[in-house]
Amino acid sequence: MGVISRGFSGRRSAESTNLPPGQYLTTGFPVLSAGPTPHIPLDRWEFTIRDENNALLRRWDWKSFRELPTETATVDLHCVTQWSKLGTSWEGVSLNTLLADVPTDASYVMAHSYGDYTANLPLDDLKDKKAWIAFRFDGKDLEPEHGGPARLLVPHLYLWKSAKWVRGLQLMAQDKPGFWEGLGYHIYGDPWREQRYSDDK
Amino acid sequence: MAGATILGRQIIWRVGTVVDLHDETATARTLTVEVPDWPGHLAGQHVDVRLTAADGYSAVRSYSIASAPNSGAHVQITVERLPDGEVSPYLTQQVTVGDGLELRGPIGGWFVWRSQQTEPIQLIAGGSGIVPLMAMIRARVSVGSAAPFNLLYSARDPRAVFYSDELHSLLGRRDSIVVTYAYTRAVPKNWARPPARIDATLIADTVWPANLSPTCYVCGPTSFVDAVADLLTAVGIERDRIRTERFGPTGDRI
Repeated sequence: MGVISRGFSGRRSAESTNLPPGQYLTTGFPVLSAGPTPHIPLDRWEFTIRDENNALLRRWDWKSFRELPTETATVDLHCVTQWSKLGTSWEGVSLNTLLADVPTDASYVMAHSYGDYTANLPLDDLKDKKAWIAFRFDGKDLEPEHGGPARLLVPHLYLWKSAKWVRGLQLMAQDKPGFWEGLGYHIYGDPWREQRYSDDK
Repeated sequence: MAGATILGRQIIWRVGTVVDLHDETATARTLTVEVPDWPGHLAGQHVDVRLTAADGYSAVRSYSIASAPNSGAHVQITVERLPDGEVSPYLTQQVTVGDGLELRGPIGGWFVWRSQQTEPIQLIAGGSGIVPLMAMIRARVSVGSAAPFNLLYSARDPRAVFYSDELHSLLGRRDSIVVTYAYTRAVPKNWARPPARIDATLIADTVWPANLSPTCYVCGPTSFVDAVADLLTAVGIERDRIRTERFGPTGDRI
């Protein structure tokens, strides 16, 4: 601990105990974002899975994607800019469903988004019902500013890993930094271990 | 990526001392913090500020840096007081000169202007979104850059404008920057444009045209940034020329 802020007591709620270190319950604070919100027409939307050499393994258009079985999930969101939002409800397709029967020895994936955003993740973090391609939030179609038509949802990692406007996954043998990871943010991003920046253990 | 750092420097907590306080508006205050081992920053980056209570409870928030990169050990942030804020009321009302303040940074390598950039620069601020853009303007002035700068600054009314004297003093100088104000609630007497948000007409009339390929930096509340970014793409500015920084309740990161 560093200096004591004289006269500062803070505002603690009972709910704070559910929060990872350094997080507070949201209603809004400075956050970063890379660029304009892309607007993707559903008839041009696609989601693909490609191998290490960029060969196409799986492809869904909106119609075939929406024919997949869906799940609902109520999850807590933790943004690296310190806010957390608890108990958010989503509907999406589990990555287990999308990755089923995809033959691979890869250990990592790079999520690619419309608008050229990328985020890297270990493949295991997308399996075992821990991640979804989500298209509904709070009972409504996901709005473009929240990542619609569909976004990756990996709630156990900081939210920048939940790539908005996701368009596909590329399998990788080795880990490689995505957009924010290449700009000094943590390669993995576990909020419970407070892995915000690249030097955080 | 092992050992990678922003600007090759470690992002560690440092203890600074508040050396100056200056009210920008009725609700916003600039804090100048002396950080003896400050590693330097780029215009547009931010810092995390940590407040710690006597019992060890702490709260951290991110604030854009307002000062130019070559300000030595002095780091300035301008904080807008949020009515329900936990940290901003303390920073704008309780902190006094001489207090210690913990900072971590600088952070962010995307929403930055580097002095090597010579292309036209379009800055568009909504409210306290002016802060990182002011750092870019100050950086341009301090290095004597001739990059054409154009600022479109949307504020509630003239009294809500940050840095107004300094911005005014930049007008009319050689190599001056272009500054346009857009007031949303109340305007000065004889002001040509009635109170209104930034719209397509104002964008067409004031920002660098798309054929100059300006790099655009847009900072403000999420809804502001989304609306402005859409207006910029509508006048033909390429998406990859538009860099944004948002704050607000819906602004999850990316």
